[in-house]
Amino acid sequence: MAGGIERKSINRTHGPDAPHGEFHRVGKRARKVDGIGKATGQAVYADDIQLPGMLHAKTLRSPHPHARIVSIDTSKAEALPGVHGVITGADMPTKYGVIPWTPDENALAVDRVRFVGDEVAAVAAVDEDTANAALRLIEVEYEVLHPYLDPKESLERHDPAIHEGNKKGNISKHVELEFGDVAAALASSAHVIEDDYAFHGTAHAPIEPHCAVAQAGHDGVLTLWSSTQIPHYVHRALAKVLDIEAHRIRVIQPHLGGAFGGKSDPFYFEFCACLLAMRTGRPVKFLLTREETFYTHRGRHPMDMHFKTGCDADGKITAVDSKILIDGGSYSSFGLVTTYYAGQLLCGPCHFPTYRFDSTRVFTNKPPCGPKRGHGSVQPRFALEIQLDRLATKVGLDPIEFRRRNFQGSNVETVNGQTVTSNGFVECLDTIETASGWKDKRGKLPRGRGIGMAGSMYISGTNYAVYPNDMPQAGIVVKLDRSGLAMVYTGTSDIGQGSSSVMATIVAEELGLRMDQVRVVAADTDLTPVDLGAYSSRITLMAGNAAVDASRKLRKQVQEAVGEHLDVPAGRVILADGWAFDAQDGDKRIPSREAFELAESKFETLAAAGSYNTPERGGDYRGGTIGASPAYSFTAHAAEVEVDFETGEIHVEKVWIAHDCGRAISPVQVEGQIEGSTYMGVAEVALEDHAVFDDPAHPEAGLHMRPSLLEYTIPTSVDTPELEAHIIESIDPEGPYGAKEAGEGPLHGSLPAVANAIYDATGVWMTKLPFTPGKVLAALRAHESGTPTGEEA
Amino acid sequence: MRTLRFRLNGDDAEIAAPDHWTLLEVLRYRAGLTGSKQGCDKGDCGACTLHVDGKSVLSCITLAADVDDREVTTIEGLVGPGGPDVVQDCFDESGCLQCGFCQPGMIMAARQLVTEDPNADRDTIKAALASNLCRCTGYTKIYEAVENACKRTLAGDTGRGGRLADLGGGGDEARAGRESA
Repeated sequence: MAGGIERKSINRTHGPDAPHGEFHRVGKRARKVDGIGKATGQAVYADDIQLPGMLHAKTLRSPHPHARIVSIDTSKAEALPGVHGVITGADMPTKYGVIPWTPDENALAVDRVRFVGDEVAAVAAVDEDTANAALRLIEVEYEVLHPYLDPKESLERHDPAIHEGNKKGNISKHVELEFGDVAAALASSAHVIEDDYAFHGTAHAPIEPHCAVAQAGHDGVLTLWSSTQIPHYVHRALAKVLDIEAHRIRVIQPHLGGAFGGKSDPFYFEFCACLLAMRTGRPVKFLLTREETFYTHRGRHPMDMHFKTGCDADGKITAVDSKILIDGGSYSSFGLVTTYYAGQLLCGPCHFPTYRFDSTRVFTNKPPCGPKRGHGSVQPRFALEIQLDRLATKVGLDPIEFRRRNFQGSNVETVNGQTVTSNGFVECLDTIETASGWKDKRGKLPRGRGIGMAGSMYISGTNYAVYPNDMPQAGIVVKLDRSGLAMVYTGTSDIGQGSSSVMATIVAEELGLRMDQVRVVAADTDLTPVDLGAYSSRITLMAGNAAVDASRKLRKQVQEAVGEHLDVPAGRVILADGWAFDAQDGDKRIPSREAFELAESKFETLAAAGSYNTPERGGDYRGGTIGASPAYSFTAHAAEVEVDFETGEIHVEKVWIAHDCGRAISPVQVEGQIEGSTYMGVAEVALEDHAVFDDPAHPEAGLHMRPSLLEYTIPTSVDTPELEAHIIESIDPEGPYGAKEAGEGPLHGSLPAVANAIYDATGVWMTKLPFTPGKVLAALRAHESGTPTGEEA
Repeated sequence: MRTLRFRLNGDDAEIAAPDHWTLLEVLRYRAGLTGSKQGCDKGDCGACTLHVDGKSVLSCITLAADVDDREVTTIEGLVGPGGPDVVQDCFDESGCLQCGFCQPGMIMAARQLVTEDPNADRDTIKAALASNLCRCTGYTKIYEAVENACKRTLAGDTGRGGRLADLGGGGDEARAGRESA
């Protein structure tokens, strides 16, 4: 297991059932705890914070994709009136990285810049205009180095290496794992499909640009408000890079305007805001421009994928074999995990008896890639699900039937040693088949119109923290008092996915409260217990279990006190809807507020901590714990498309999605996650393309091609297909009341479902994203003229 | 530096700001009204949408000097003494608010539509919101919110009397709770 850590305490207090026989809050359609604040402008985001005497910081960025810094002269910038602080890489030489094994980032470049936009110096001034003027006065002498803009070149050469001292040249991570004898299985397969697939790279593009505000208190406490989805990891990184004891740092995540994985690294602007605040003695705000967010990036990795999949004459999968080249950009970020996820997360919902993957992540001189919603597995899932459809075609099976035939089942171990508990994939298939009118449409729609489908799985949190430790993954504190209020203190980051509402719902359910009797303080390292953050879809399952744990301790006390008062056994006391009452005589009841008074009298001040840690999981091999999760979600997508044979444009008309999220604690929010995920996935098919000019001879080599929301076309309302979300609830033994994840799984199938629908519409297998009109038109013409593509290749 | 005089959420405002500042900058950094958001600062995303004389305007590309003597309404200004506006309430009720960052602008765009065409069908709603990017929702629940706001508007519901007005009685949840208990 990771770092040889033994799991000590696993809280399995949750159970699948309602605490009092029936659910009063869980599964109900309710308003979110922060909805009206957001609708009225009261919600405070990082850039809404204004502190007295606050300075504004800006960054000087590299104009070169790859260069050595010969010298930096900041004297003229320092002399500019209104400038209060100028810092460079020399001020923060300690390297960091969100994955502790690969610390290769500096807050500001120390002696090397590795992409256009890499951060070189930062200035704090009285306003942004002055800070920008100061940046223009900083003189940097560069020695330009060869830029690596093609990942294949990074595989082949590394002189000069992008990260000097990297023993693997320009390779960031290589993973090769084989389960069973893939070659033999392929050799004896009735059908084998072999093809190349490509994913191009996309950005998160949350509407809120990154922003941080730092204040160095004269009491010796450094406070950072930041638009981060991982306050705990930022906290640790600040302590390391700034060399300050962690207890003197407070990280607060205000309301956050979207993240999708793009705010899950510790960032230069956070370190710079802190150091500038410490140097100047004044609060410092560091707000990125939209253009800067595209360079800060950490978006979905471009991947070149070679896949080979076999099946027998009955359509049972025999083997999957993949070789994947991952363009990591200039730094590691989560890249070690990405490289594993590109292989580890494919082994469901279909069963593979043998499996091999060989993934290599290389460095290039481009903005660093990282985790985007569906981290690591969206790209290979695209390839795999097209392969499965092609096999189904070979065997003569309907694609949905093909997947039913290969369904892995519940409570099984995958070929790569992962434990799957509940699995509602067949119900997902049944649902999209019926809802979409599949049987009347597949193969039956007019030319140019088609329907396609895909399946997928995803983790409900990663089983191990990014740094090995035997402390809980999630902690929570619930405080009750005589006012009748339950206060929830949780380290979880509500990034819009609604985690604070989920925590409130669980606490209200357990303690029998109305939603207005629960308030949540979240993501403040001074006030809330550690939670590892909003990534890998971990919060509902992990922090949800911690919330059940804490609440049940308090519930027991309240039941005991009320039982004494009503003269009934504690076990007969029901807490629901703001009341405590006798299960056998509803007239024997008191309001929650009085119940809390009784409990406070009997047990003194009422507060309880709850925690959750994961069960032992993962395969018994190096890397076997990466991809391990307490529970997996499953999804099926069906997409109906229209292809314009004249222009090559693809119009996705409607997508039906059935997602198995276990128990839906908040159905409205689950639907929102399904719809939002699918919207985002469909956008990656044709509209969005995060790319830099990649010809080294191009005068703008390394410059982003579309660094604005006008050019990087995220879908508007009129570009978005109709989305029909269905919730499938396989009650899982690991999640709170059986809940699993909903935030990332429902993205995956969006892309291959569209590709498979294009085949139904045109007879052409599109394999290289993005499906731009030019590319589609070329494929259609090649197909019509009989040039081998896809199927025959 | 110039002194700007305009009506801001029903009050007379007199604010000194640099000549080149946008309306969004003046509101956020001078007036302290941070409800209007800056997502792109160049008119691409719509998060800064507010009303000038009742019409939606992108405040990040509107010079503050251009609103002299005009009536500016921000997301904060939609809230009346009795509580949130019906469009704000419907957005909350529908569950369409995820990160919420685009929503002040989205709600202002929707508010104009609901005022001008409460009989709008879904295609009209889509078209009316096409200048406001949302990255979280896939828009589905936003349409539902706007449709509900139209319906409630036609029924004469202003949306006032939300949770603030309900403080004495405990709000909808409390009522529901009392009924079910």
